[in-house]
Amino acid sequence: MAKKIFPKEDVCVGCHLCEVYCVYAHSKYKKPNAKAHELVKLYIKHKDSKPTPRILVEEKSGTWTTFALQCRHCDDAPCTKACITGAMKRLEDGRIVCDEEKCVGCWSCIMACPHGAVRRGENKKAASKCDLCLELGEPACVKNCPNEALEIKEV
Amino acid sequence: MKYVIIGNSVAACGCIEAIRKVDAQNPIVVISDEKYRVYSRPLISYYLGGKVDESKMYIRDEDYYEKNKVETKLGKKAVAVDFKNKEVILDDGEKVKYDKLLIATGGKPFIPPTKGFELKNVFTFIKFDDVKAIDEAIKNGAKKAVVIGAGLSGLKAAEALIKRNLDVTVVELANRILGSILDLEASKIVQDELEKHGIVFKLETSVDEIIGDGKVEKVKLKNGEVLDADIVVFAIGVVPNIDFLKGTELKINRGIVVNNKMETNIEDVYAAGDCAEGYDFVFEQQRVIPIWPNAYNQGETAGYNMAGVEKTFDRGFPMNSIGFFDVHMITAGIVVPTSSDIEVLVKHDKEKNTYRKIYLKNGRVVGFMFINSIDRAGMITNMIKEGFNVESIKHRLLEEDFGYLDLPKEIRQEKILGGAKA
Ligand SMILES: Cc1cc2nc3c(=O)[nH]c(=O)nc-3n(C[C@H](O)[C@H](O)[C@H](O)COP(=O)(O)OP(=O)(O)OC[C@H]3O[C@@H](n4cnc5c(N)ncnc54)[C@H](O)[C@@H]3O)c2cc1C
Ligand code: SF4
Ligand code: SF4
Repeated sequence: MAKKIFPKEDVCVGCHLCEVYCVYAHSKYKKPNAKAHELVKLYIKHKDSKPTPRILVEEKSGTWTTFALQCRHCDDAPCTKACITGAMKRLEDGRIVCDEEKCVGCWSCIMACPHGAVRRGENKKAASKCDLCLELGEPACVKNCPNEALEIKEV
Repeated sequence: MKYVIIGNSVAACGCIEAIRKVDAQNPIVVISDEKYRVYSRPLISYYLGGKVDESKMYIRDEDYYEKNKVETKLGKKAVAVDFKNKEVILDDGEKVKYDKLLIATGGKPFIPPTKGFELKNVFTFIKFDDVKAIDEAIKNGAKKAVVIGAGLSGLKAAEALIKRNLDVTVVELANRILGSILDLEASKIVQDELEKHGIVFKLETSVDEIIGDGKVEKVKLKNGEVLDADIVVFAIGVVPNIDFLKGTELKINRGIVVNNKMETNIEDVYAAGDCAEGYDFVFEQQRVIPIWPNAYNQGETAGYNMAGVEKTFDRGFPMNSIGFFDVHMITAGIVVPTSSDIEVLVKHDKEKNTYRKIYLKNGRVVGFMFINSIDRAGMITNMIKEGFNVESIKHRLLEEDFGYLDLPKEIRQEKILGGAKA
């Protein structure tokens, strides 16, 4: 059984910090020992691409409701069944990840994901989605949300 | 218990993966007339266009068969099945016994009888070997290409050939390109983009004759026009690859007829993917739905049932995600209204070059067509699948930022929190 992150819309303040930490967690410019509050110049701006967070803060003008949605790591992941390259796949620990080297940006996963949780990544070349921060142990968004609006649970 | 699968593509993968979830031990044998391990058919145009190399054609890791304890018989063709004695007969005379059989032989190119089809440099566009042969012809100096068919694979072929710097003309019988997934307005948007990149279209005509001396030189069209050509690519469509089963007791309509467990009319024989005719949930009829996700899902369902775990798949319907150069589109379900009780929602933003069109029936989405505005489209696909009533949020569906916030809180919460089940 995979772990999943649960957003709590009743306490999310819509600050988008989860997106910042998500981008940082997956940034190649990351400094190995930097702490959360030392988030300074952890991303270098490219000309042609904006970093894509693997999390999606939903907000709608005129409403005060916001929450941060990310891949549900579905038991029956439709994205993996639609992927034409085998890039979108389930790891042995249950997480669904995208091998961005293999992905060709056909967006079949976007067509199939019932939650709209896959984003087109930088330069719209490869699918970008939550990997539960494989190498960090704990997802950066959960760890750094200032209002504890995200929670990771085993289900 | 011995499982045998004829065909080694995505339906076979679905089957293998389902069997191994519930049966770790019993032998699985996969037979394919292609010599390659399981590769992606949709990627052949990317290979031809130089976007992926051979190593990236394969959709599963190299140790896939070993890990899943699958014995492969590659480069061998099944020429008959003896359903009475439960064995598959291969072209080299070998007989392979089975207890449970999956037929997953996919599609083969549809070719109308055409004079000159046998000439050198006339190709189809389905298999890895097809694009390797086209690649060879280009390396040998081919400069002008005529593609017959402006459907998904024909246009993917045209895109790849333009990227290889050939002159490309596409010939199409219908009055528009991508007729199976787009309406006239949408198809214009895509045609414009393709023309901008140099592809020339000849609509409302077809090929009359291919002319050449041993090798293709010209293509004569039905409208009388004659085009120079070094290569011709036929991509009119696929038909189920089941000739070797015709005339047997296996029930075949257009494809092999299956129920929602992928069972055929013969006990212990299943079929899945492009060779099978299953239930189309949106069109409410038995149909062949020759697309990748459907093939996987059907193969998976067959696998579970073959291994004794009852599962049904009754939510198949056509859906496509495809892009040409910088235009991307996702379509699903009904894209040309079939009856008068279908309500149409549409938004064409000419400035942004985006197009969203949605068809509703009884307050439920039965089809959509999104061009250049595709983010989160899966939410709509899923609404088709669930038969979700969208009456109260109808017009938000046309907005690019449509999302969970447009749903009532309880429903949103259930979808997100229970989303694990999806
Ligand atoms: C160029 C191209 C692009 C495509 N792009 C897309 C796309 O973007 N999205 C999408 O959803 N779909 C796409 N498709 C369709 C998709 O590839 C098919 O729906 C899918 O491959 C069907 O899988 P399958 O397992 O049913 O069979 P197939 O992939 O057709 O494979 C069947 C296999 O069985 C083998 N076989 C057949 N007969 C025998 C026999 N008698 N003995 C032994 N072996 C046999 C065949 O050689 C083949 O290896 C595309 C198809 C093509 C050709
Ligand atoms: S990307 Fe979508 S379909 Fe795939 S596992 Fe995540 S939520 Fe499920
Ligand atoms: S965009 Fe990438 S991950 Fe998504 S289906 Fe296509 S190849 Fe697979």
